[in-house]
Amino acid sequence: MKIGILGRKLGVNQLFDPESREVVPVTIIKAGPCLVLQKKSKDKDGYNALQLGLIETDRKKKVNKPLQGHLKASGAGSASYIREIRGEFPDLAVGSHVTLENFQDVKMVDVIGTSKGKGFQGVVVRHGFGGGAATHGSMFHRAPGSIGASSYPSRVFKGTKMGGRMGGVRVTTKNLTVSRIDAENGLILLKGSVPGPKNGFVIIHGL
Amino acid sequence: MPQPFDHIEKEQLRTDLPVFKSGDTVRIHVKVREGDKERIQVFQGTVIARKHGGIRETVTVRKISSGIGVERIFPLHSPIIDKIELVQEGKVRRAKLYYLRDLKGKKARITELRRD
Repeated sequence: MKIGILGRKLGVNQLFDPESREVVPVTIIKAGPCLVLQKKSKDKDGYNALQLGLIETDRKKKVNKPLQGHLKASGAGSASYIREIRGEFPDLAVGSHVTLENFQDVKMVDVIGTSKGKGFQGVVVRHGFGGGAATHGSMFHRAPGSIGASSYPSRVFKGTKMGGRMGGVRVTTKNLTVSRIDAENGLILLKGSVPGPKNGFVIIHGL
Repeated sequence: MPQPFDHIEKEQLRTDLPVFKSGDTVRIHVKVREGDKERIQVFQGTVIARKHGGIRETVTVRKISSGIGVERIFPLHSPIIDKIELVQEGKVRRAKLYYLRDLKGKKARITELRRD
């Protein structure tokens, strides 16, 4: 896997593609600058990874003593979002910067974020059950229906689809096309949608 | 609400378009691609609505073509629009002229706005 970067989803907009002249829906993400906080190696940690910290100067983030100590090696004052990118990156040392400049030749990305929380949802919304007829004497509307047989097994199987909390989980959107990179302002424009609310943190993996 | 990415939208906005509003008659020159050739098609009609704002702004143009009402919605800042000419300004009392769809003949006319 190529380089990754951390960012914050800003919102959506649209662009006109000069080639096809069609509208391209884009999500705008403020990505980076990130600092390499730590490098994990196969010998020491069991796997190779790069620990990145998102540096945001316009937002104050409390840094407690243990985190201060952790950040000391890279020289970062604070980091609002810390995540690891798996892989070996020999040319990036602890304390070096990762910005969108490293993404100049990237055409496709995967984006990982936390989806918007939907609260408690029934099976129709949460699992796409069909539900029943609304009228014509039907008394079965949006209920889940049978959740299993009776005397055998005398229990409900684990993982049976039911209502419950929906959203607010880690979601990966794969193979998004990079429509534009504005490295000067630290903005990356991706075609299509990205999980999470506005101002939500995202991890971008270059492919 | 101002957004930190407003400059991206701003640089896409066209500044070469005339000022026009609902009720005006416009000629819209549209670039049409046929195979690898390109030609200009003109659509002339009455503006019956302008919707949305910024890069999303669209204009609905209505004309009567051989007795049949034809409406076309153009994204105002789209690169397919070659140019827009303002033919006539109209005197109307509302922003959305959907009532024109129900009128025919002489009733469907819009009086010209004269600025003297």
